[in-house]
Amino acid sequence: MLESGYVACRGLCDTPVMDVRPVIMARSLVKRFGDFTAVNGIDVEIVPGEAFGFLGPNGAGKTSTMRMIGCVSPVTDGDLRIFDLDPSTDGREIRGRMGVVPQLDQLDTELTVAENLLIYGRYFDISRRDCRAKADELIEFVQLAEKRDSKVDSLSGGQKRRVSIARSLINDPELLLLDEPTTGLDPQARHVLWDRLYQLKERGATQVITTHFMDEAEQLCDRLVVMDGGEIVAEGSPQGLITEHIRREVLEVRFGYGRNEQQLPALDGVGSRIEVLPDRLLIYDDDGDAALSELHRREIVPESALVRRSSLEDVFLKLTGRTLIE
Amino acid sequence: MHTIASLGPVRVYNREWTYFRLVWRTAVFGSVIQPLMYLMGIGLGIGELVDGGPAGPDALGGVSYFAFYATALIATTPMFVLGQESLWPTMDGFTWSRAHQAMIATPLSSRDVALGKGLYFGLRGLVAGAGVVLVLACFAETRSWGLIAAIPVGVLTGLSYAMAFAAWVATRDTDNSFSALLRIGIIPMFLFGGAFYPVDQLPPVLEAIARVTPIWHGIELCRGLVLGGLDPATGLLHLLVLLAFVTAGSIAASITFDRRLRP
Ligand SMILES: Nc1ncnc2c1ncn2[C@@H]1O[C@H](COP(=O)(O)OP(=O)(O)O)[C@@H](O)[C@H]1O
Ligand SMILES: [Mg+2]
Repeated sequence: MLESGYVACRGLCDTPVMDVRPVIMARSLVKRFGDFTAVNGIDVEIVPGEAFGFLGPNGAGKTSTMRMIGCVSPVTDGDLRIFDLDPSTDGREIRGRMGVVPQLDQLDTELTVAENLLIYGRYFDISRRDCRAKADELIEFVQLAEKRDSKVDSLSGGQKRRVSIARSLINDPELLLLDEPTTGLDPQARHVLWDRLYQLKERGATQVITTHFMDEAEQLCDRLVVMDGGEIVAEGSPQGLITEHIRREVLEVRFGYGRNEQQLPALDGVGSRIEVLPDRLLIYDDDGDAALSELHRREIVPESALVRRSSLEDVFLKLTGRTLIE
Repeated sequence: MHTIASLGPVRVYNREWTYFRLVWRTAVFGSVIQPLMYLMGIGLGIGELVDGGPAGPDALGGVSYFAFYATALIATTPMFVLGQESLWPTMDGFTWSRAHQAMIATPLSSRDVALGKGLYFGLRGLVAGAGVVLVLACFAETRSWGLIAAIPVGVLTGLSYAMAFAAWVATRDTDNSFSALLRIGIIPMFLFGGAFYPVDQLPPVLEAIARVTPIWHGIELCRGLVLGGLDPATGLLHLLVLLAFVTAGSIAASITFDRRLRP
């Protein structure tokens, strides 16, 4: 699954990760559609074997970025190199070395699962015989062996998504682009998918994942950037972003819709920072229970109170003042 | 990896062919039945009247009306079939199944997609043209070796329309105007393109227009190949005009496909 030249180095010469030649390197990358700027000068560097995430709400510019990386959308401005090649001149070769799971499935729904893989493999000039062997292996891998000869039309959303993933692996890609891999799936289907992606990562494939689910970013990504309005607003590991930007725990209190803000004066000094949402207050503190005790001591009685660990959702809220999923 | 870049369109064709295998029976059946109905309904019925009219068989330069009309079908049938085939199924690749987007995420290019669709249209045109020829071979008046040579001419005629239509479809967001295009772009070709009577019967302006349409060149060449009476230079000219239309349509489709697929 991996280009030996890239990865052998990582294990053998014990070089720090950032010294390895990046799989993807973007500098001041811009994408404009007419007057509208969808991606506004982002810098990204992704190294071999890494699972890298773009986390951001709808319209942040994640798909536009992915499509430039996928060499199916011309770069408006800035530099982009993939495998140290130039997408504008070497698009064909770059695309041949990566796999793409698009935001919306692009399957041949009237054909069977196996036919989907066979036809797709031929786009990469893989021989029919190799395609057949590879297809069976991948169908097994995404746990759809019993659906091998079923029409894609008849599959569930989660199963279709797995066909998309199997198809994207037909050319043994060095780099896998996954645009919102689990959006629209039920929790169980999401976990099956996460499990498969985790296995792929174990095998060493570089993954780029976009998502607007913070739990997905936390589960799948070694490192991620938070995107908003076409720009990168933060970068780091999921845990690093949380430690850097907010406290470890959150106390969520509800005083009833619209009555949260007026509690602020009474809460002065509780926690390290308070975020006001229409339906609740988020009180950030390293010790959420201590904050709750303080509320009790001040005889403040909310309708409900809950202590939880901080998440990337909270980081996003702090950085942009908005929630990820409106 | 696609060292032979020209294989790209073949890969696209390969996918279309896999779909065609699901519907080939209806396609082949239609290719025989439709021309047969037109022949019975118009060729025989009107033929009776025309051939027995005051001018007799000389009205059409010594050919029976049946033969005159029947040979046009070798060009008009692929035009009808490919007219349809280049509209909705092309839209499907862009918007409904998004198969075209899937293709360009691989080493295939948007031009491979456009030209691969063209190859597939060629196959559909071949099936349609061969169906007509099969029917015509059953009648003594039209039985000739020229029928074989006329099949590719029919294919080129259909492709002249299909590539231009596909190029246009790539610029559309919905299929709202597709039926209208068939009504204004295909039906008049059938009526005024020289299938039913020589175009010199038309008012001069319409005749001038008819003479620059692909269908007129296609019909004239098919007719000449099957019934004779066409000098080689004129025949060659017809062929070149058809090739020019197909080339222009293919270039246009390569451009509009790219704009659509790689915004
Ligand atoms: N082909 C296009 N033409 C015009 N605007 C576009 C196009 N594609 C995306 N956009 C706009 O760019 C912005 C970013 O979109 P996108 O990259 O799809 O965001 P995300 O994937 O993060 O939801 C959106 O406002 C979207 O409407
Ligand atoms: Mg998106």
